[in-house]
Amino acid sequence: MRLIGKQLASKLLWVLGQVLLLPTLLMTSVQAFGASDAVVDEAQRWGLNMTEGVTAVSHEIYDLHMLIFWICVWIGVVVFGIMFYSMIMHRKSSGAVPAKFHESTAVELAWTLIPALILVMMAIPATSSLIKIYDSSEAEINIKIVGYQWKWQYEYLGEDVSFFSNLTTPQDEIYGLAPKGEHYLLEVDEPLVIPVNKKVRFLITANDVLHAWWVPALAVKRDAIPGFVNDAWTIVDEPGIYRGQCAELCGKAHGFMPIVVHAMEEADYANWLAGKKEEAEELKAAMSQTFTMDELYARGEKVYQANCVACHGANGGGGLGPSLVGTGITTGPINAHINVMVNGVAGNAVMPVFGNQLNNIDLASVITFKRNAWGNNMGDQLQPVDILTFKKNQ
Amino acid sequence: MGDHGPAKGFGRWLFTTNHKDIGSMYLWFSFAMFLMGGVFALVIRAELFQPGLQLVEPEFFNQMTTMHGLVMVFGAVMPAFVGLANWMIPMMVGAPDMALPRMNNWSFWILPFAFTLLASTLLMEGGGPNFGWTFYAPLSTTYAPPSVTYFIFAVHIMGASSIMGSINIIATILNMRAPGMTLMKMPLFVWTWLITAYLLIAVMPVLAGCVTMMLMDIHFGTSFFSAAGGGDPVLFQHVFWFFGHPEVYIMILPAFGIVSAIIPTFARKPLFGYASMVYATASIAFLSFIVWAHHMFTVGMPIAGELFFMYATMLIAVPTGVKVFNWVSTMFRGSMTFETPMLFAIAFVILFTIGGFSGLMLSIAPADFQYHDTYFVVAHFHYVLVPGAVFSIFAAVYYWLPKWCGNMYDERLGKAHFWLSFVGLNLTFFPMHFVGLAGMPRRIPDYALQFADFNQIASMGAFLFGFSQVFFLFIVIKTIRGGEKATDAVWDNPEGLEWTVASPAPYHTFTTPPPVK
Repeated sequence: MRLIGKQLASKLLWVLGQVLLLPTLLMTSVQAFGASDAVVDEAQRWGLNMTEGVTAVSHEIYDLHMLIFWICVWIGVVVFGIMFYSMIMHRKSSGAVPAKFHESTAVELAWTLIPALILVMMAIPATSSLIKIYDSSEAEINIKIVGYQWKWQYEYLGEDVSFFSNLTTPQDEIYGLAPKGEHYLLEVDEPLVIPVNKKVRFLITANDVLHAWWVPALAVKRDAIPGFVNDAWTIVDEPGIYRGQCAELCGKAHGFMPIVVHAMEEADYANWLAGKKEEAEELKAAMSQTFTMDELYARGEKVYQANCVACHGANGGGGLGPSLVGTGITTGPINAHINVMVNGVAGNAVMPVFGNQLNNIDLASVITFKRNAWGNNMGDQLQPVDILTFKKNQ
Repeated sequence: MGDHGPAKGFGRWLFTTNHKDIGSMYLWFSFAMFLMGGVFALVIRAELFQPGLQLVEPEFFNQMTTMHGLVMVFGAVMPAFVGLANWMIPMMVGAPDMALPRMNNWSFWILPFAFTLLASTLLMEGGGPNFGWTFYAPLSTTYAPPSVTYFIFAVHIMGASSIMGSINIIATILNMRAPGMTLMKMPLFVWTWLITAYLLIAVMPVLAGCVTMMLMDIHFGTSFFSAAGGGDPVLFQHVFWFFGHPEVYIMILPAFGIVSAIIPTFARKPLFGYASMVYATASIAFLSFIVWAHHMFTVGMPIAGELFFMYATMLIAVPTGVKVFNWVSTMFRGSMTFETPMLFAIAFVILFTIGGFSGLMLSIAPADFQYHDTYFVVAHFHYVLVPGAVFSIFAAVYYWLPKWCGNMYDERLGKAHFWLSFVGLNLTFFPMHFVGLAGMPRRIPDYALQFADFNQIASMGAFLFGFSQVFFLFIVIKTIRGGEKATDAVWDNPEGLEWTVASPAPYHTFTTPPPVK
């Protein structure tokens, strides 16, 4: 205190007391305002803060986030308070005479040790949360998640159920030709379905580049890395639909590969899973069926919208990928076309190897569609069995 | 000796070995890059003004985010600090010039070639680099556009320039100080640059190794970063961030030095805790080498690794806090005036501290699972880089410009520039905290509807901030062309040898060493 002067010190303490009160007032007023629904709705629409989420872990992370946030606010109030105090009181224009002091070992020691203690207080809860998050043992359901450019594949291990999940927002909404829907860019054709109150383990990897699987409400974010399998887990408390996005830059359509998780009551989940298995059986049976041109074309169009449109354009006109209208592959020999679809293009990492992403029916349909759409009018068609034969013969 | 004037014509600039000429060229180059990187940023903000794709396609958007980051880091901020070092370090330590003047010329003149190479990729088939400024493999190797090779060579050249610049700075500081200028008498700007130069020499070769491994993977059949060939994509991130984390301190330590020069001048009171400032800088530099994996909390490290990097990262708050407390104590019971350099320096302390708070929040690994790769991170690093690094450079220019050109800048215009920049940057970057927390990932060209309002505000702020910098250019040119003549001391009794020479500083200064008290 010697270096500041007694009178000043008491004045300083008074100012400190005032500024320390401020955030408390702020908090209470926020809470008081919180009673008004309109304010809450408005704040929610703008999205000001991290979601509390729907799992024990997400709540814990939210609490940790708020704890650190308030500690920072308090430190900020003290430091900026003193700073503004001196900016107001110690101006040359109001006749302030500069003091001469310029060091104090005691003060330096204090402001090294006190922050270190505060950090220890932060590290304790952080460590305990981290240990919980890393314990993925005793999971009841295991789901393998594979990131592709630009979609997710979900495989229920041991259940023989596997499917892709694609963005369903139409190009017209993205390009402003149609009004945007409520879940713009956060909607998929097939969501990941999980039961509530069960420990679900995710085994996350990628097929091409890095991706990251993130659902804020579950507080799960893990990088999907080709050649490595990461794991994460969740136990969802409430049924509902939770939306997230890929969080690691993965190329052109990185912003267009959302994640939708549908958490259901256990009975509903069992029904859904049974339905999925039935679907898989039907699909197997369909592999040997013969389809009409119209059936193939209609199915192919859907497959095209989900898998090809990002690079080859809404009307096959090209973009990141080449045009498909009247060009070599789509209007050339059909076997070459099958080859590109099943095996990809040598030396071109961007064109996926669809042979292990699409089933034979979808491959046959999408090739048929491309050869007959946009004025290509080749008139030829493929059946699933043709794809099977092709794969066997190569 | 002392009356050798500069050569005439363009040759002066091409062949110069004068630290002041080279410093000026660095600063002008850096400003040009700042405007170029700024235009890229405005393309990004214009596209994000509302949901949907309006102006650019996603692949071009990705090129813009990548080039914005690369140009701002390697083209704007780093060369600006090297320019300031060139101008000020010899004058601050009482040396006639840099220790290695020919190499100095070379380290500057390879930069325009590096950035021409980098910028030319935008015109190439397949477009420019589109994999983010962190260029994670395999997006930057197997899946990269063909122009990636040009990007690799550009990074090599930038690295060579930085390494040569650092060697020069270290040699100057260690060998060319005037008699009596002991290490603990050096101005903090010299100290922070000495430590920065060591950081650069330590990590730029790591970056060069990293891009060389990419080059091998792309063209010579190796598999450093490809799991299919026995390599490891995560290795890339470890190598990159071993460079990348010290790199972010390379962009902030010289700023600490600048602010430590300006605050005492305008508080009319010596810097509080000079020695502890030096030790804090050294501690930050040491810690910067052992925290890199906090950029990778979600890659699936073992828990022991997560904990180590979390604790080490939290520790950085201690020496950084010491610095902030020292600045505040310097202001406390001073006799303050608020000229433009002081305004920028005070804004630096406040806004950099806010960036430090969000940094502390990000260091908490479990919470980082929610923050990682969102706009919260974008807000954080822009708060430490824009009102941090960039504001300190503005402050330095206003502070030393009268010494450089002999004229005072227009105080009213300088203050206007400050307030426009201050409002613009807070409008741009503060809302990013909110959208990030609410779940908006970074590096996306289009977003869900709930993020629309804050993005609109951020875009408007960005344009305000951007155009304020054209105003800054106007102020600087106006000052160089004329204005009230500056005195030798320029300010009210500032500390440092640079204020003992005439304004404008003669072409050659301290050809005989000055006395140091």
